[in-house]
Formats: sequence, structure tokens, C-alpha cells
Amino acid sequence: MLKNYLKIAWKVLLRRKFFTFISLFGISFTLMVLVVATSLFDHAFGPQMPEQETDRLLFVNMMREQHDGGFSSSGPPSYHFLNNYVRTLKTPEKVSINSMFFQVNSYIDSRKLALDIKYTDREFWDILDFNFLEGSAFTRQDVQSANRVAVINENTRKQYFGAGHAVGKYIEVDQVKYKVVGVVEDVPVLRLHSYADVWVPITLKSQDFHAPGLRGTYFATIKAAKASDVPQIKAEYAAMLQQVEGQQPEKSTKLYSFPDTFLEGMARTFLGNGKEPGVGILYGLLTAVAFLFMLLPAINLVNINISRIMERSSEIGVRKAFGASSTTIIGQFLVENIFLTLLGGLLGFVLSAGVLWLINDSGLIVYANLGLNLRVFALGLLLCLVFGLISGVYPAFKMSRLHAVEALKGGSQ
Amino acid sequence: MITLSNIEKVYQTKTIETVALQHVNLTVPKGEFLSVMGPSGCGKSTLLNIMGLLDVPSKGIVEINGQPIKSYKDKELAHLRNEKIGFVFQSYHLVNDLSVLDNVELPLLYRKGVSGTERSRRAKIALEKVGLSARTRHYPNQLSGGQRQRVAIARALIGQPEIILADEPTGNLDSVMGEEVMHILLNLNRQDGTTIVMVTHDENMALKTERLVRFFDGQQVSDAKIHEFQKV
Repeated sequence: MLKNYLKIAWKVLLRRKFFTFISLFGISFTLMVLVVATSLFDHAFGPQMPEQETDRLLFVNMMREQHDGGFSSSGPPSYHFLNNYVRTLKTPEKVSINSMFFQVNSYIDSRKLALDIKYTDREFWDILDFNFLEGSAFTRQDVQSANRVAVINENTRKQYFGAGHAVGKYIEVDQVKYKVVGVVEDVPVLRLHSYADVWVPITLKSQDFHAPGLRGTYFATIKAAKASDVPQIKAEYAAMLQQVEGQQPEKSTKLYSFPDTFLEGMARTFLGNGKEPGVGILYGLLTAVAFLFMLLPAINLVNINISRIMERSSEIGVRKAFGASSTTIIGQFLVENIFLTLLGGLLGFVLSAGVLWLINDSGLIVYANLGLNLRVFALGLLLCLVFGLISGVYPAFKMSRLHAVEALKGGSQ
Repeated sequence: MITLSNIEKVYQTKTIETVALQHVNLTVPKGEFLSVMGPSGCGKSTLLNIMGLLDVPSKGIVEINGQPIKSYKDKELAHLRNEKIGFVFQSYHLVNDLSVLDNVELPLLYRKGVSGTERSRRAKIALEKVGLSARTRHYPNQLSGGQRQRVAIARALIGQPEIILADEPTGNLDSVMGEEVMHILLNLNRQDGTTIVMVTHDENMALKTERLVRFFDGQQVSDAKIHEFQKV
């Protein structure tokens, strides 16, 4: 029975090439966009080198001062604030202070090279899981003595030294000479808090350390001993912030700053109000967008299916006359539709793999390494089936209700 | 075999009531070859649809093998059609996307416990009966009208139904092909004892059958045995 259904489904697909193309294009294109989007989301927020234990990592990257009269200013916190108030928190296992990355120019044999440099402490290397290809991170001693040493990424090594080793050699970045102590795998730029081309000791920027004020150019990366400590860390942070608020010269100044997971940080930036990060809203919005995005091709498919099945009313009549019940007819059309959507799904995956490869290869997202992982694959497959059902149930039901006599009048072959 | 008692069929729309059949009392004994004649719109096709359980009468009782059809539930009717009845239509109604063999196998798809190999074995036998065993892999649009109708007959007889209902089976065919098709139907009736009810416009074809019933304006106006009909 199934073989017979598949056989006829295949024949119908071949017979109406244009309809088939439109249907398959709709399904595969929609799926491709969804799969690429999921993969991007996964890439941005899921566990990934060097931020593996995302449930234990919190980032402080914003300080907003709300002044009297409604105006406010915000930006990354200052070293002073992070060093005095965040590093001293009791609950975290470790706290690292590191600068934003800055773009600097270097010259190799009069060839200009734009590199992103980041200043970090020793804890940065303890908290994050970088993949070292050569050497190791700079030591506590290096940081204390403000040694001109650097960890560079794979791409920078290639630019400076080609295929050769880099550890022990020197690079000149922004007219400063650094000794390379380690080389790590490239970090995708979406990992804003960890990404750079060159990492050097934070003490090389000690002129910033004594600048007063709460805002500057620094981030904190906090690691909890266990994931369940995260709420406690947030509570301690909030209490600390209230204390700092009390010490402000302007009594009415309100401070907003939060230790967030990466996803919370993003959601707060785009959607959240002062208090709530809005992760729930973000997920809700994403789901709604995905649903709407799928609804359009589904409606389109329903239409195409109805007209396509209408042409087959004679076949429905014959099948009914020879003993098919309405349920059997529904089953047949559902099988056909799921077959079509799975085919579209397969195409969608091939397309997605192609697009992901293109994104990785084009350098559109620096050092991106997007992949079709199993979770994304399973989700896509599920989406395909939902798609097949949404677009197949209504036409199948409608056609199965067709009276055999009417159906036979509908066409003559 | 089939008994219709006091059958009435009324098609009702909001404004008009059309009486398609009234006071129809007809018994078709087992093994009979009955033809039904009458002008267009006299209710012949409606009669055939009611006999074939494709349509439901407004009044009256349909009995098959002495069993009145009480329930008109979709599933039960589908099952009865599959087991007892084979249809042949004027415009063949073959599924163009299926090969000749797959078309003939179709009724057995809806019968429980028939394997794929058994289906194709029986389809080949049925096609042999109508003289088309060389065409199993062809598609309907590669066949002539007469050949298509023979495929349709093979499809009607594969399930070994007790009765074949043929709605103007020669209506779309020229006289030579019409004769061929008629010959096959007569053989089925004489050799296998299959009961056949055939609606036709063609007096010559009707006169080859055993009994002729004429309809006019939804009513049965005559019922006669054909004397020349020779039973084997």
C-alpha cells in the first residue's frame, strides 16, 4: 500500500514540474532559513570554545547611570569599579577583568594588518577554555611585571610566520614589540567577551587603573563554582551595586549593571528593561517569528495542494468506488504530502549545509565555524513533519469528503 | 442477488426538488446480464449508483444477497463495494499516473491480507482474460480507447465481485471496439457466471443481453426477457 502511494506521489511530482518546483522551493528555502538561523543562534549562545560551561559563566559588560532629570549614560564599566567591587564578590569561584577589544594596526614588511587586541588578567585564562596549539597563556608573574608577552590566534600566526612556529618569536603590534608565549585556535567574533587576535597582559594598560568613575572600557567574566550558585552571585552583585549607589556624590543617581549570561546580556540590550533581562520575551519573539515564517509557505502549500488534488478527483472517485474509505483517502494524501515535505526537507538540508559553508568560507562572521549539528538536524526534521501535516491535513480532509459520484463526474480519463 | 424495493431518489436544493427515481422495484437474480435503457436524464445512472452503494436512496430498501443495507456508514459501504461490486465507467476512469498493472491491482489494495505478489499475480490473470497481458507496463495514455476499457474491465473483475455494474461501457468506443468490449462482458457472464448490470444507449448492445429494463422520467416503464439470448 505504502509503496503504491509513494509510487503515485512520485509520478504526480514529476507530472507537474512547476508546481513541484514551487512547493519544494518553498519548503526547502523556509527550512534552510530556519536551520541557518538556529545554527547561528547555537553558535552565538551555545557552549562553544572558549566558553564551554555557559551555565556557569556570567559577564558584566554594561554600567548605566541614570541621573536626575531623566538623562542617562551607559557603557562598559571601569577598571576601578570592577577591581574594587566585582573582584571582591564572595560567591564566584573566579573573576577576571579584561578590556574590550581594540582594533590596532600592524605592519609586516610594509603590509598593513588590522588586528584586534585585548588586555586580560591571568584569571581570564583560568576561566575560559581556549584550545592552545602552541605554548601556553602568560603567567601571573607576567601580568604582575607587565611583561610584553602575547597570546595570538592561529590566523595572526599565519599572517606573521606563515606555516612556522611562533612561540619565542616577536611580533610588533601598534609599534610595541611582544614576545609570543602561546597560540590559540581562532575564536569567533560572536563571542564578544573572549574574542581577539592578540591577548596581552592587562597591566600594560595600567594608566587606566586609577581613572575614577564607574564607566570605562572593561568587562568582567565571572565563573560560578556550580551552576546553582548563579542566582546567589546575582543577588550579591545587586546588593553590592546598591551599596555603590549609596556612595555616589549625587544621591539621586540610579545605577544599573548586571552579571548576565551571554544570552541574557543580548536580550537585555535589545529587549529588556532595567530590571528583567527579557530572555523569555526573546524566546517568545523568536518562536513567533519562526511560526509566522513557516505559516506563509504552509498556506501556500495548502492552496497548491487543493488545486493539485482537485485535478485528481476522478482518481478519488475510482478509489472510493473500489473500496477506499474516506480515512484511507486522507491517509494516502497525508503520505504523499509528508513525502513531498521530507523531500523538501532533504533539499533544505543540502541548501543549509551549502549556505553555512558559504558563511564560514566568506569570512562574513570573523572566524565563524557554523555547523549542522545533530540538534539542529533533529529540529529541522521535526519542522518538516509539522510542515507536512499543516499543509496536508486540510486538503486531504476536504478531498476525502468528496462524494464518490461527484468525484467521478469531476474528471474523465 | 440485488433487490431494490420501492426506491425513490430526490435531489433537493433550496429552491428546487428534482425527482430522479420513484417507485423502482427491481430484482436482479444471480448470474443475470441485465441492460438498462432510456433517454438521458431518466435516472439510469442514479439507479446504477444506488445499486453500487455509491449513492444513498431517499426512500426504499437495497438488498444484496437477501441482506438489506441498513447502515450507510462510509467504512462499511466501502468494504461492501470492495468485496461485492466491480465498476466499469463510460470514460474508463483509469489513474493516469499508474501503470496498467497497478491500475488493475487497485481494488486489492483495499482488501486485507492480499500480498503484493498475490496482487500482481491476480492482476496478470485478469489482464489475460481481457487479452492485454502484453501491456502490463504501459500507461493508460499509451493505449487506445478499447484497450483502456478492457483494462477497466480487468480492474472490475480482479476482486472477483458478485456483480459488475457497467455505465455505458461502449459509449465512448467505435463499433468494432464496442463489440470487443461487449464480447468480453458476455464471456464473463456466460463462463464465470458474473452478474452484470449494464446501462446503455445502444439498442444493439442491449439486445445481446438477457433482459432489458427501460426507464423514463425516473420510472421503470418496461421489463422484458430477450428471447435470442442464449445461455450456455
